[in-house]
Amino acid sequence: MNSLHMLIFIPFVFAMAIPLLYKLFHPKIHLGWFVLLIPLVIFLYLLRYIPLVVNGDHLTTSLAWLPSVEMNLDFYIDGLALLFGLLISGIGVLVIIYSIFYLSKHREELHKFYMYLMMFMGAMLGLVFSDNIFILYGFWELTSISSFLLIAFWYERKSSRDGAMKSLLITVFGGLCMFAGMIMLTLITDTYSIREMILNVEFVQAHKLFIPVIICILLGAFTKSAQFPFSIWLPGAMEAPTPVSAYLHSATMVKAGIYLVARFTPVFGGSSVWFWLVSGIGIITLLYGSITAVRQTDLKALLAYSTISQLGLIMSLLGIGSLTFYFGPSEHGVTYSMAIFAAIFHLFNHSMFKGSLFMVVGIIDHETGTRDIRRLGGLMQLMPVSFTVALIGGFSMAGLPPFNGFLSKEMFFKAVNDVRVAEIFHLETLGMLFPLLAWIASIFTFVYSMILVFKTFSGKYRQEKLNRDVHEAPFGMLIPSVILAFFVVVIFFFPNVFSKYLLKPAFVAILPMFTIDKVDIKISAWHGWNTELLMTIGVVIMGSLLFITVKRWVPLLKQYPQWLTLNNLFEKSLEKVERYSLTITNRYMTGSIRHYFIYIFSFFVIVLAGSLLLLHGIQFDVSEDNVICIYDMGLVLGVMIAALTVLFTSNRMTAIVALSVVGYLVTMFFVIFRAPDLALTQMVVETVTTVLFLLCFYHLPKLQKNIGRIKFKLTNLIVSVATGLTITILALSSNSHKLFEPISYFFENAYELAGAKNIVNAILVDFRGFDTMLEISVLCIAGLGVYTLARFRMKGGDHNEAE
Amino acid sequence: MKPNDVILQSVTKVTVIIIFTFSVYLFLNGHHHPGGGFIGGLSTAAAIILLFLAFDIEKVRENFQIDFKKLAALGVLIAIGTGFTGMLAGDPFLTQYFNDKNLPIFGKTELATALIFDTGVALAVIGTAVSIILSISEGDSLWKR
Repeated sequence: MNSLHMLIFIPFVFAMAIPLLYKLFHPKIHLGWFVLLIPLVIFLYLLRYIPLVVNGDHLTTSLAWLPSVEMNLDFYIDGLALLFGLLISGIGVLVIIYSIFYLSKHREELHKFYMYLMMFMGAMLGLVFSDNIFILYGFWELTSISSFLLIAFWYERKSSRDGAMKSLLITVFGGLCMFAGMIMLTLITDTYSIREMILNVEFVQAHKLFIPVIICILLGAFTKSAQFPFSIWLPGAMEAPTPVSAYLHSATMVKAGIYLVARFTPVFGGSSVWFWLVSGIGIITLLYGSITAVRQTDLKALLAYSTISQLGLIMSLLGIGSLTFYFGPSEHGVTYSMAIFAAIFHLFNHSMFKGSLFMVVGIIDHETGTRDIRRLGGLMQLMPVSFTVALIGGFSMAGLPPFNGFLSKEMFFKAVNDVRVAEIFHLETLGMLFPLLAWIASIFTFVYSMILVFKTFSGKYRQEKLNRDVHEAPFGMLIPSVILAFFVVVIFFFPNVFSKYLLKPAFVAILPMFTIDKVDIKISAWHGWNTELLMTIGVVIMGSLLFITVKRWVPLLKQYPQWLTLNNLFEKSLEKVERYSLTITNRYMTGSIRHYFIYIFSFFVIVLAGSLLLLHGIQFDVSEDNVICIYDMGLVLGVMIAALTVLFTSNRMTAIVALSVVGYLVTMFFVIFRAPDLALTQMVVETVTTVLFLLCFYHLPKLQKNIGRIKFKLTNLIVSVATGLTITILALSSNSHKLFEPISYFFENAYELAGAKNIVNAILVDFRGFDTMLEISVLCIAGLGVYTLARFRMKGGDHNEAE
Repeated sequence: MKPNDVILQSVTKVTVIIIFTFSVYLFLNGHHHPGGGFIGGLSTAAAIILLFLAFDIEKVRENFQIDFKKLAALGVLIAIGTGFTGMLAGDPFLTQYFNDKNLPIFGKTELATALIFDTGVALAVIGTAVSIILSISEGDSLWKR
């Protein structure tokens, strides 16, 4: 147990202590102040590792958990994991400060909130630091579960429960797919360690399971990171408290899929399937999210779709960056590696500005009581600080200088422009789509960013639509968003500092073919009049035009039929699945014993007859059979006649008598096959059962006594004939295959062994006495059963009468 | 109005003795000849049922003051108990022993623990068979109601 393990398990341990703290300090001190310590400690501790990763080193630690199956808590720190770790703990600190002022200590169940939040933080840290692929999976599912709990924090609301349910269904679906992919991956590489998998890349790429593995792992990443078409859970998750939305659904959890893709890029990168899936889905998500965001009227929904869109941007950059593995560290490869750098940079930037924007929206919601754009407006004078933060965040999101979004947007345009010259994977023709789609999506991004900032803060203040006096948020609520906004600006002016200490190590972790001292990346705000700048100018012009005319064309977007939305499709299909499964279940679970017997016998026939046919088991060998004598034939004839009488008679009494005829004829069989004990027993038992049958017959209810023969049903005939045939063939074939000597010779000297001349009895009481013992127990239980059935039914009847 | 069944009752009185004797014969004979605990028990039960048919249930009950359910349980217990005797001597569960002994009246006789086991079987069979018949026939009068 070293410090890194402690670091990851501190949140879990602390989560256990929260109820105690709640009990001790509840109304006096807001619980968040205690919780604040944890991410702060983690953040400060993680800062210590920066010098390590700046040198391109990494740190591995291991703690035995299940050593026999190599399932150990292997954690390691490299640039990528550290970047994520710092984001998680750093934004965690800010979000907890925010939540202290956002959530009331009197009205909310804070202990639950912080327990879930700590669980989530620990899971997220474990996820990014895990080297063992299945430990990673465990933490992955824990983030899904804690996110589910957090979304449904206000569980009295139906929309919260629905949102939580939807997000759980989708993310766990993806998680399980990913689990399957991980299992296949471990089968291919024969290791659980991600680092070792990266060393065995050549096995993976050549293996026939390569494409299934990619699809499964990407399903996990896409569902978690809300890529198209799995993005629908993210807007639903906006029912969570705003600190949760800011933390989970903008900065951390939705980046888990990004982390996974980045982490596995060295394993899968360079193949066309990976490239097209990651960058193709990413760019579609970018476009879809940005267009859908424009037509939202709820601020949080707008931010949710904007998150989806930005995640798509990062994903597509990661896809483009994977081309580096195709070209290797050549000049071409270096060009595409810039896409990876852009992805990391934008990921970092997005966490900053999106976190701050969510917090601002939370403030607006908190102060005005609504998040609906149509009711808001003119808040600029009333909430100047919030406006400034929203302005910085919004302009950064739109990709304008002097904010960090500008830098990463420029790099994004550069990357999509470079795709065209790759000339592999059909990019010479389809590559043109990348810059085009990216440009269109950026215009819409610009538009919704402007809507977010100006529709909320400028225009006319409408007091009559708000039911409270609006004023600036408390100091504590503003602090975290101001800090984030401050970073948004600082990163623009000093990008290379962050690049050196955080981004480059992460870059090298994704692209192990580069070493840290050879990476020559300079981020500059001004890089000449090139295509990218022209594209940005185009975005601003087009975007401004569209924003001015927004009232004219947004209604057109709203014309889009409601039933065609992904959300609606999901809900309809869920409903359909439930209905069809009910229909199917009702169809075969009829409650009729006859049907169940048909299933049982059909299964029996299919399995037995099928295996007989497939294994060539049907062989008849009559050479060792005894000669059939006239008595045998007579008895068989008698049994057949009696059995057919049972089937075809119209009288129940006749059937019972015919059945006992069969029984007595079997007694005769025992006689001529020299089994006196069996014959005696069979005779007495047959008599008793006949009497019992007659008893049942006598008590049949008078009303429903329809006397008639068995109704003919074709299925019954087919199934019964097939069953009979199968049994007959099976018996004849097994009689023809005698693989081993019979064991009866052992019992033949029963007199010496057991002092008994009657072998049957010696077997029953001595050699196999255990069976007899249990059989008489069965008999005894049956007797008691009959007794209780006959007795306690009557008592129950009396009881009912008494009522 | 119950018919007078003097003949049935008189015949039963004689027959039951014969059937009981025969069942004891079958039971004791089981070690060397066809028969044994199961069939011996069943035929004893048959004799008891014959008594039930010829006479009233209450009357038979007065003479046979046995709870047949307990009899069945006792039989199972005896059978299981014989298994433990072997264990006392260090042999596996349900080991049976036999030996020839000179008894005062019977002369040289084979004594086998299997007989005790068989007694358990017989008692279980008698108890079960009779208690099934009894519980059904007692329920009978109520079903008709």
